[in-house]
Amino acid sequence: MNTLFYIAGAVAVLCTLRVVTHTNAVHALLYLIVSLLAAALIFFLLGAPFAAALEIIIYAGAIMVLFVFVIMMLNLGTPTDRDQKPCLRPAGWWGPAILASVLLVEVVYVLAAGGGFPAVNAPVGPHTLGRALFGPYALGLELASVLLMAGLVGAYHLARPRGADRAEGGAP
Amino acid sequence: MITVPTTHVLMLAGALFFLGLAGVMARRNLIFILLGVEIMLNAAGLVFIAAGYHWGRPDGQIMFLFILSMAAAEVSVGLAMILRLRHHIHGLDADRAGSLRG
Repeated sequence: MNTLFYIAGAVAVLCTLRVVTHTNAVHALLYLIVSLLAAALIFFLLGAPFAAALEIIIYAGAIMVLFVFVIMMLNLGTPTDRDQKPCLRPAGWWGPAILASVLLVEVVYVLAAGGGFPAVNAPVGPHTLGRALFGPYALGLELASVLLMAGLVGAYHLARPRGADRAEGGAP
Repeated sequence: MITVPTTHVLMLAGALFFLGLAGVMARRNLIFILLGVEIMLNAAGLVFIAAGYHWGRPDGQIMFLFILSMAAAEVSVGLAMILRLRHHIHGLDADRAGSLRG
């Protein structure tokens, strides 16, 4: 079982290295998503299944979709009028695909061999987590919600087109 | 039964953190700088999960939840700032944003 952790860690480090050294923004995002999936598998192996699910749903789901939206708005990817053939050739996606399939093999192995959690003495499940989150950490939960509200208002305020930009001939 | 020493998890988190730090310091593209910040935040979350694994307590996962919400708020504001800044510096090169309103 320990080998699974080291393989997932190696996948995470390799993918992060490719994120830092890649020049194509979309390919770097693809590697970062595989790196986050590897981190989620590590969380699962360390007895934190709820954190692993949140890592996939929020990090690899929501935040990375935000990045993809912005990259598409900034036109950093390939131009749309180019031929679609180069995107379908495996040169762009074989690296993330191989690393992600390594993670898939690990997950299948864990679920087939362990019959549940591979985990430590007692995996901390969502029930224990919720009891603690709404008990001693209720103030922190409220502060996190206020922070998310501030992020929402700030992002709306910053991304709103302004009168001065339109007068200067900027983007409407 | 997994019996990985906590030291190894911390070493992995440290490696990920320094990769993100190297990305922030070496890249000049604003998008890649933000990606490096995300990598570093994720490594910090891994440290908290490792602490929860070491002591078998839920507190590490709760701190990870806080880091997750903080990362979501930070990335939304950061991407909105990149979208605004792009009109002023005509591109995504961080070196061209060296002066504010000077």
